[in-house]
Amino acid sequence: MGTTFCWLGRRSHILCWRQKDVAKAWRLISWRREWRHPRKMLLNQLEAVAAIPARYDDNVDLRGGRADAQSWMNFRAFPWFGMDIGGTLVKLVYFEPKDITAEEEQEEVENLKSIRKYLTSNTAYGKTGIRDVHLELKNLTMCGRKGNLHFIRFPSCAMHRFIQMGSEKNFSSLHTTLCATGGGAFKFEEDFRMIADLQLHKLDELDCLIQGLLYVDSVGFNGKPECYYFENPTNPELCQKKPYCLDNPYPMLLVNMGSGVSILAVYSKDNYKRVTGTSLGGGTFLGLCCLLTGCETFEEALEMAAKGDSTNVDKLVKDIYGGDYERFGLQGSAVASSFGNMMSKEKRDSISKEDLARATLVTITNNIGSIARMCALNENIDRVVFVGNFLRINMVSMKLLAYAMDFWSKGQLKALFLEHEGYFGAVGALLELFKMTDDQ
Amino acid sequence: MGGGPAGRGRWQGRRAGRGPRRAQRFGPCSPRPPAHCPSGLVVRGPSARRLAVAARLQLPEDAARPERSMPGIVVPPGEARRSSDSRGSSAGSGRIPAAEGWLPRPAGALAPVSGVGTRTGGSCSSGRGKPGWAALSAAQGPERRRPLGPARSPASAGPALGRWRFGGVSTAWTWTSRPPPASGQAPGPPVAYREPPRARTRPASAPPATRRRAGGCLALPPSLPACPSRPTAPLMPVPRALTAQQPRCWTVLPHGRPAPQHPAFTGGSLTKLAYYSTVQHKVAKVRSFDHSGKDAEQDHEPPYEISVQEEVTARLHFVKFENTYIEACLDFIKDHLVNTETKVIQATGGGAYKFKDLIEEKLRLKVDKEDVMTCLIKGCNFVLKNIPHEAFVYQKDSDPEFRFQTNHPNIFPYLLVNIGSGVSIVKVETEDRFEWIGGSSIGGGTFWGLGALLTKTKKFDELLHLASKGHHTNVDMLVQDIYGGAHETLGLSGNLIASSFGKSATADREFSKEDMAKSLLHMISNDIGQLACLYARLHCLDRVYFGGFFIRGHPVTMRTITYSINFFSKGEVQALFLRHEGYLGAIGAFLKGAEQDNPNQYSWGENYAGSSGLRSSPPEPCPSQRTRGGAFDLLEMDRLERPLVNLPLLLDPSSYVPDTVDLTDDALARKYWLSCFEEALDGVVKRAVASQPGSVDAAERAEKFRQKYWNKLQTLRHQPFAYGTLTVRSLLDTREHCLNEFSFPDPYSKVKQRENGVALKCFQRVIRSLDALGWEERQLALVKGLLAGNVFDWGAKAVSDVLESDPQFGFEEAKRKLQERPWLVDSYSKWLQRLKGPPHKCALIFADNSGVDVILGVFPFVRELLSRGTEVILACNSGPALNDVTYSESLIVAERIAAMDPVIHSALREERLLLMQTGSSSPCLDLSRLDKGLAMLVRERGADLVVIEGMGRAVHTNYYASLRCESLKLAVIKNSWLAERLGGRLFSVIFKYEVPAE
Repeated sequence: MGTTFCWLGRRSHILCWRQKDVAKAWRLISWRREWRHPRKMLLNQLEAVAAIPARYDDNVDLRGGRADAQSWMNFRAFPWFGMDIGGTLVKLVYFEPKDITAEEEQEEVENLKSIRKYLTSNTAYGKTGIRDVHLELKNLTMCGRKGNLHFIRFPSCAMHRFIQMGSEKNFSSLHTTLCATGGGAFKFEEDFRMIADLQLHKLDELDCLIQGLLYVDSVGFNGKPECYYFENPTNPELCQKKPYCLDNPYPMLLVNMGSGVSILAVYSKDNYKRVTGTSLGGGTFLGLCCLLTGCETFEEALEMAAKGDSTNVDKLVKDIYGGDYERFGLQGSAVASSFGNMMSKEKRDSISKEDLARATLVTITNNIGSIARMCALNENIDRVVFVGNFLRINMVSMKLLAYAMDFWSKGQLKALFLEHEGYFGAVGALLELFKMTDDQ
Repeated sequence: MGGGPAGRGRWQGRRAGRGPRRAQRFGPCSPRPPAHCPSGLVVRGPSARRLAVAARLQLPEDAARPERSMPGIVVPPGEARRSSDSRGSSAGSGRIPAAEGWLPRPAGALAPVSGVGTRTGGSCSSGRGKPGWAALSAAQGPERRRPLGPARSPASAGPALGRWRFGGVSTAWTWTSRPPPASGQAPGPPVAYREPPRARTRPASAPPATRRRAGGCLALPPSLPACPSRPTAPLMPVPRALTAQQPRCWTVLPHGRPAPQHPAFTGGSLTKLAYYSTVQHKVAKVRSFDHSGKDAEQDHEPPYEISVQEEVTARLHFVKFENTYIEACLDFIKDHLVNTETKVIQATGGGAYKFKDLIEEKLRLKVDKEDVMTCLIKGCNFVLKNIPHEAFVYQKDSDPEFRFQTNHPNIFPYLLVNIGSGVSIVKVETEDRFEWIGGSSIGGGTFWGLGALLTKTKKFDELLHLASKGHHTNVDMLVQDIYGGAHETLGLSGNLIASSFGKSATADREFSKEDMAKSLLHMISNDIGQLACLYARLHCLDRVYFGGFFIRGHPVTMRTITYSINFFSKGEVQALFLRHEGYLGAIGAFLKGAEQDNPNQYSWGENYAGSSGLRSSPPEPCPSQRTRGGAFDLLEMDRLERPLVNLPLLLDPSSYVPDTVDLTDDALARKYWLSCFEEALDGVVKRAVASQPGSVDAAERAEKFRQKYWNKLQTLRHQPFAYGTLTVRSLLDTREHCLNEFSFPDPYSKVKQRENGVALKCFQRVIRSLDALGWEERQLALVKGLLAGNVFDWGAKAVSDVLESDPQFGFEEAKRKLQERPWLVDSYSKWLQRLKGPPHKCALIFADNSGVDVILGVFPFVRELLSRGTEVILACNSGPALNDVTYSESLIVAERIAAMDPVIHSALREERLLLMQTGSSSPCLDLSRLDKGLAMLVRERGADLVVIEGMGRAVHTNYYASLRCESLKLAVIKNSWLAERLGGRLFSVIFKYEVPAE
């Protein structure tokens, strides 16, 4: 068993291993940590072991009094980062400790301080980095420390600049471990090591996604619920966002809509399977929008989409049948063919960019919804949780998904959404930091 | 006997009043229903002719077939309201552009030459074979080589293409096709060929008046260029056999389909004309002489006479042509409708809504809209049931790319994924029960619409062409783009698409049209494949048929969809495509219109001569092909006289494959056989000419036959999969179909007649010598006799050369040619052992050739079996093929033998010897498509021995067929190449006696 978590191994293997030997492993880890960090030798070893089952997803333990018992773990050197390097976006979560003692303040190296200051005092970094201030989780206790969790994103194409920055700021001197997930963790590992002298700790993205999601949902969104759904999705006037309690989330179908889409069936916190995926995701939306309308950013594309009308672009059932197609019980307003009207030249010439953007959005969203619905049926799951940055500021898609789920399942399926749409992978990566042994 | 004269249909009888009575008909066992009214229209009038026209019309521009675009996706109500605004504009485009552009359609150009055309005694005409519409029929009698249609000069008119056949149920389609006369030229008479009537024959030389048919002669504007690449493709067949009592069913189905071939027509859609014609054709029948006199016994007197009769059979025609011709098409229909009582035209598809007014105005018919999906599924069921090798899987990078599926006896349940503008996924459970289980809005329309936006390419096929040249990896974000090189260590395939068009969002550069088109194609194909898998899994179905204009035989789409299905289902689900996918709706609509006619009670066969095959590559958008006339793809299906079913003795009908060698698979064998058939062509042509000595145009027709069959062979050389799995059987059948097409229905009739005569004279002598032998020697002699008889095969070049050069070559000479025992495959000892045991209850014998084979080989063998106490069912071909014995010949031969031999006589009388027909007209034998009557009899009599004789039946086919009872497969290998392949020499003997494992 040793000290490795075998992250690169097959997932099932990890699951097995964890279930069987998790307690043993933690014990071993804590021993070693104490040995390396004499500061914490005072900690009652029994307490530490007792704290092990009290994982981040156990809200009682984490939020309650026993959180203190976990303070044995706060040796983990700052800064605490979790990173999810996706195909389009890099998601970075940063834990800003708010309970720094004077002693610590003194000890804190300049470098670390400047990172903290830089990240927390700005909301935009460079040209493309953005901190989602509204998502910040305040006053959070993580690993025995109180602080705020910041959510930062920047495009994956800026990754090299980021690495360059890490190198310039001499990040490696902090002796921290960068926990990273997503495909980029593998792609840029070499660069991190070569350029910034940083060792990436690579993590499975689906593991991280689920753990992160469960964690964020468990801590709540600054006192508000993290999860929500849309009431009356079929009625635009009455359609409202409503909180949803995800305390007992299993089984759930987790649809992660990033550049592409992964669909997972989650049966417990470490029993899940990837059901399928589709390449028609956020990347497709943005890519097509860029090609069709000349826009450059997701925001721009969504803005256009919000103003457009897809029915000018799509061919609806009633365009073909003059009304509903009763034989199959299809409404006239159903889309028969996405972009179907664009087969006609005159319509192509008269169409607006906004309409095209809208049609792209509707097409991609509907397709994801349709596949998700089929998976839910196949897996016999009635809760579908949609996450991923495709949903960021994307009310159109969310309502459409909620509508499609409800409509086609005749109310059987519920579409759920989470406030921190795309950050769960990064949060999951951060959580893994706490579980690490030092020599990893 | 089901096929006996007693089984003559009522409807044939009725026809007699108007024409010469057919002497005998071994016709359909199910009588044809009386004139009917397909669409609930009231039929009055003396002619009681009716016509149902189903039109499936669609906008040419936004022409994706809407019926195929079952949406899977909804628009929230809020959007739905807005969409109504957009309807106006879409309706606006619903006008058919007049057939403008490069093809002017002058009013007179397509005028019916009614009054002239109706004088054609021939019943049915078609534009087959010529790019003209002209259609005239011939066959008024030899003396009547006179103008039949509009007067035309023979030179310009070309020969008539009446079809002839001799024999029991043979056919001669009396329709012609000719090029349009040059303008200003005085039309001359078409030349008709007619078999001179024999003395005692009542030939079908009815006065023209009684043979009058509706329809006219149509000519195409001379400006219309012929299709260069497929000279035989008609523009539009013109059905002519509007017989008074024949129900007529027409289906006109202009499908909204992209048609790249037509530059003058934006987005040019395809129109499909489907019609049902009753084609009147000549049949030559054999008839026993009146035995009152002894003259029949005279030397040189044939044992029976060959007489010419006329018959009507049904044929289904499906023609695709471009929508440019829609007006021409409507004109054409109108012209033929004027004098009928038809009030309703059946239309299906979204176009039916759009073109409704035009049709109603133009044709003055009520448009009766049919449900598209119902039609589609009806059509799908029909082709799956009736066309062997209809479904295939597509395998890129394998040779051949197409793998055809043998028809499963039970085609249900299956999933039909119809990719039109959108995607419809339908689960079909039974003939009439199907359910729309889902769909997607991302379909062909998306590919076309989005592709047009992205690449500024207007046409669907051009888009596909672009896609076939592009590299999606430049546009798509792949797993390896996200994971770098690490995907390998993670066990991920780096080539998987993580995000379609993902790169176009981040990279600041131009993307090539080709790459974008390819990426789009992948995106859509993958998406459809994924959904299809999800639905298949949800409904536990493993057969998924794909159809719709998105597929349309395009290898690139078939490939991506197959890949996607394999990927998503991990091989559990098979993506199947259909050869005649494009016709499904048309066929279904026709079937719907003809419901009272119930075409489903018949079996149908694909006519290889009249159908254009599958193409391997998408039609290149090159101008030369655009000049084709409208029709560029054809399917013809003959209604078989009798319904066909499985032989009940097959061990496993679902896995039965008739053919021994798949030539699509076996390139070496393919090469040989194609060359072999090419070489034999001269001989066949010569034989064909010789068979019709009285005909002046026989040589010309034979030359046309040569051309046609040669072209087919060349097509098959390049596209072996064009008509399904290529086999020796399909090559032989194609030759028969082509011969028929050019009125050589039975080139061997005279040969067979002569040989039967000669053999009959020897019969008693042979029997005497056999009877003189001891039991054991007799058994061997009988078997040798069977084999020696089998040497007499005009289909084999090695033999026909001998027979041609040595007229004295006889039974004894043939015996000497045979390989000595031990034979190449020799289980004779086992057979002899078996004969020492109890007699078989009933033996089913499939006979091969006429003449020596059946008379001196089979009948003595039969006689022995009968005397053992075994009942015998002797099954012969229904129609002529090479010199194979036909059912009607076998009747006469049996009658003559019975007169000489008391054993046969009593057996016939006591029905211990039964003569049956196989329902086939092929030199080979497909045990899964046998006459229903025969199958029933086999079951009834409890046949426990099947004897299959001849190379075509026992080697080219059925060599590996497993039966549930004992079987005997006998053949003489009369082809040195094949013999060598099997490890023997010319005239090696196959004697394969098999007993099923208990």
